[in-house]
Amino acid sequence: MLNFLQWLESTPWSIALLESLYVWPLLESTHVLSLGLFVGTTVMMDLRLLGVSFRSVPTSAFTHRLLPWTRAGFAVMAVTGLLLFYSSPTRYYFNIFFRIKVLLLILAGLNVWLFHSRIHRLVSKWDLDPVPPRAARFAAGVSIVAWAGVVVAGRMVAYNWFDCDLQPQPALINWAADCVVPEP
Amino acid sequence: MLLPFFEWCENTAIGETIRNSLWLFPVIEAVHLLALCLLGGSLLVVDLRMLGVGLKGQRISQVAGYARPFLIGSIVTLVCTGLLLFLSEAVKCYYNTSFWVKITTLPIALLLTFAVRDRFSLRKSFETSAMSRLLGAGSLTLWFVVAAAGRWIGFS
Repeated sequence: MLNFLQWLESTPWSIALLESLYVWPLLESTHVLSLGLFVGTTVMMDLRLLGVSFRSVPTSAFTHRLLPWTRAGFAVMAVTGLLLFYSSPTRYYFNIFFRIKVLLLILAGLNVWLFHSRIHRLVSKWDLDPVPPRAARFAAGVSIVAWAGVVVAGRMVAYNWFDCDLQPQPALINWAADCVVPEP
Repeated sequence: MLLPFFEWCENTAIGETIRNSLWLFPVIEAVHLLALCLLGGSLLVVDLRMLGVGLKGQRISQVAGYARPFLIGSIVTLVCTGLLLFLSEAVKCYYNTSFWVKITTLPIALLLTFAVRDRFSLRKSFETSAMSRLLGAGSLTLWFVVAAAGRWIGFS
């Protein structure tokens, strides 16, 4: 894995991206602004599923008409995010916040998959309910917490507080970030 | 002329506390970012609807009414956290073009949202029309500039 990332980092495009004056900031800005589209529309649907707001709007209106916009937002986030990762793969690989972000992304992704494969299949039974069934509300709660965690962890990736080359670090950090600590 | 005021802002106790803390700025910034997500969502459901896409089966006034508390909540959070971030680095902001772009578009966006958009979008008879499309596009464009300029403060 690490060998692959080191090779990735040595490719000319990766170096060009990292050293670019405008492309990197533009990618990063697109990544951040797409949050409004992706996480924003996700949260609106979660508020409906929780029965907190949009109570008289059928849930299927959200999953049929708003979800394409959410998907488009995710596509932009994924592409810009992968490119940003490509600009400095090993730095992110050893970054504790990046690792937390990836774990939360997996959790959020599993939740999306479970919701659509199980809970949403029976939507016709509760489409018009002001407050959807408990399983749907639970999935919406997990969604909000997981995506908020992804956003916060993603923001913190920028800080080097726990970087491996800043020793000493707590043993837990060195273990979680896979740091190779030289013997004193 | 304004520089002494910005220097005073930066020297306030709040500004100094945030600047001298390792984690306060990142934490406030994270809250600012979370509120941005909420703002994006509560703006987009209504603006897309006014553009004639998204939640088309519902009335504009219905969607706008439901989204409004979250729109207001997110803007209040953004302004409060934004002010704190500003106090911690006011002088840097003074010399930052993106900051001035943001701070001039923000009142225009607020005015459009609460003085104009609200008046139409909350009216029961308001349907998709040239006017609604203009409002939706205008709102999205203005808030996009505010957010983009805001992000760029950190780069320039």
